[in-house]
Amino acid sequence: MSDRCAKDEHPDDASTVHRDTSGVGGVHDHDHRKEEHTHPMDFLLRPGRIPHIWCTGCGLGVVLTAFLNGVKKANIPYDDVSVVSGIGCTGRIAGYIQLDSFHTTHGRALPFATGLKLANPKLKVSVISGDGDLFAIGGNHLIHAARRNIDMLVLCVNNFNYGMTGGQAAPTTPVSAKTQTSPYGCWEHPFNLPYVAAASGAVYVARWTVLHAKRLVESIAEALNHRGLSFIEVISQCPTNYDRSNKGGEALDLMHFFENKTVVRNGIDPKDADIGLYTPITCGKFVDIQKETYDCGYDRMCTLAKGGKK
Amino acid sequence: MSPDILTGEHFINGNTASAEGAIAVGCRFFAGYPITPSTEVAERMSRRLPQLGGTFIQMEDELASMSAILGASWGGAKSMTATSGPGYSLMMENIGLGIMTETPTVVVNVMRGGPSTGLPTLVAQADVMQARWGSHGAYEVIALAPASPQEMFDMTVRAFNLSEQFRLPVSVLSDEVVGHMTEKVVIPTQDKVPIYARRKPKEPPSDSYRPYQADADGVPPMANAGSGYHMHVTGLTHDERGYPVITAAAQKKLIQRLCDKIRKNRDKIIQYTEVDTEKADVIVVSYGISARTSWKAIRTCQKHGMKVGQLKLDTIWPFPEERIRELAGMVRGFVVPELNMGQIVYEVERCAAGKCKTVLVPHPGGEIHDPLDIYKAIKEVAK
Repeated sequence: MSDRCAKDEHPDDASTVHRDTSGVGGVHDHDHRKEEHTHPMDFLLRPGRIPHIWCTGCGLGVVLTAFLNGVKKANIPYDDVSVVSGIGCTGRIAGYIQLDSFHTTHGRALPFATGLKLANPKLKVSVISGDGDLFAIGGNHLIHAARRNIDMLVLCVNNFNYGMTGGQAAPTTPVSAKTQTSPYGCWEHPFNLPYVAAASGAVYVARWTVLHAKRLVESIAEALNHRGLSFIEVISQCPTNYDRSNKGGEALDLMHFFENKTVVRNGIDPKDADIGLYTPITCGKFVDIQKETYDCGYDRMCTLAKGGKK
Repeated sequence: MSPDILTGEHFINGNTASAEGAIAVGCRFFAGYPITPSTEVAERMSRRLPQLGGTFIQMEDELASMSAILGASWGGAKSMTATSGPGYSLMMENIGLGIMTETPTVVVNVMRGGPSTGLPTLVAQADVMQARWGSHGAYEVIALAPASPQEMFDMTVRAFNLSEQFRLPVSVLSDEVVGHMTEKVVIPTQDKVPIYARRKPKEPPSDSYRPYQADADGVPPMANAGSGYHMHVTGLTHDERGYPVITAAAQKKLIQRLCDKIRKNRDKIIQYTEVDTEKADVIVVSYGISARTSWKAIRTCQKHGMKVGQLKLDTIWPFPEERIRELAGMVRGFVVPELNMGQIVYEVERCAAGKCKTVLVPHPGGEIHDPLDIYKAIKEVAK
């Protein structure tokens, strides 16, 4: 394995995980593809980019596969798909996808995607980024993209901490959860992401865990074909950082946790879907409504600007 | 419905002229956030672009505005924002992304007094070094400095063309006085507006496509999103395929090219205006509104029999080093009036390299220079 499996090398000290600077060169020195393991979705992955940089046991591989399957299922021409990411572990997803992909600055995936989409409305734009990227540094952009109802999919992977920098507290870290910057337990109230997205104006809001791979694929496909801003939260384990700090166990233990402790409640008010420290997780499709999208409203305004009737 | 280009003579302010220059050269995407004294650019765009099939969007802040115009550029649009000091500070993050990802776009900064909120309604020229070095990292930039509403039009056109030719965000460093000054602006016919068309990849999409393989001038052609190239664009250090490579070797190769594509094309970029410099004893090096304030002082000196000329910097970055070096060997000294406490003066001093005097006429902003202060400095240098 590569040198970024800090968990194996530094089992007692999560703060020594510095994957952000470790790069990718070393990984590609040994090319797993030579073993001729193929995957039916390989044609949507960039040649030579796998193995990815994520830790053993991370849920991001599931999210990547689910997204690609979702795009396929949604039956969208691949040339029309653009993927935009911010910074962080999830932010690296864009770099593996063999479609137009943009790895932007921390928190700014949404406004970048907004410009991309509005400049070429034929594009099917998806933003894939983490909870810190979309709700802390990029929180303002999230609520405004949802308010405007820009026609795009926002796929937010929530692992309850900043993984890329070694496991610090995030706006999603549950009260009393330990991280590298909340060593005595987190004392801040976390965001309930679907609640924020719905309150801000998102027209499609769902939450799944990485265990719900099939429902996630269906949800992604459905959201991609839903006009307006769709928001899907995907809960992922982070066994290297968050779950280790909180004695949540290995990846398999966490998958069992998702298996045993998630409740699917479609259609509930997302305000009732708070998440605590290893408390049961409410999943499901919470919002599925129709509302005028930004581009439809803009076109209507342009008709007025050109002297036409409402 | 308004025509695309408002050919004819107009009596408009600099900010409006800048917006019309953008429209004339084909800008069809504007994202911005209201900020004095630049807001007239956004207001003009909000009226004009919906009539022309373009997109105007008022973003939630300047971070978002800058990000949106980068995204729009990859979507195939010519894009632009306009702001002033505090907003320019916020844009620095994604100006860096634009430089790293080689994204053509234009940022108009109508400078006001700072630091911080400073003087929202009053003039300064204190963002000149910020334009050069404001985003972290090592890189080269292009910045133009208009001194009149006509130049706001002309230089906005040129900023778009330079941004497409060299693939980077180009700054138009205007100031509050030039932005709000109302003068005659002549807008030419469409065929008289120079337009640099985006260089497209020569080969069709394939697995061997390298989005960051540069042409001979150091600039790679650019594919728009949705055109089948499936390119990756990242703010990380990357190779010609656009893929992240976190090594010193990759950094050296990329950063050297990003710098060289500007440095080696300096002659195509740098423009300045010289008046009476041939036999001058003293040359006033100035830009923007200070170039116009200097005129009163220069003419007064000339009336008194002094040999004084002017070097007006139309491009501030890259800096016209060679010309300043040549002139330094021919004159007693340079006088540099600027509405800050000393920024471009250090560049002039560096290039003069002790061959002649270099004197700053500083001003913290809030008003333009009293020409008398510039006059006194010229007299002092001429002694």
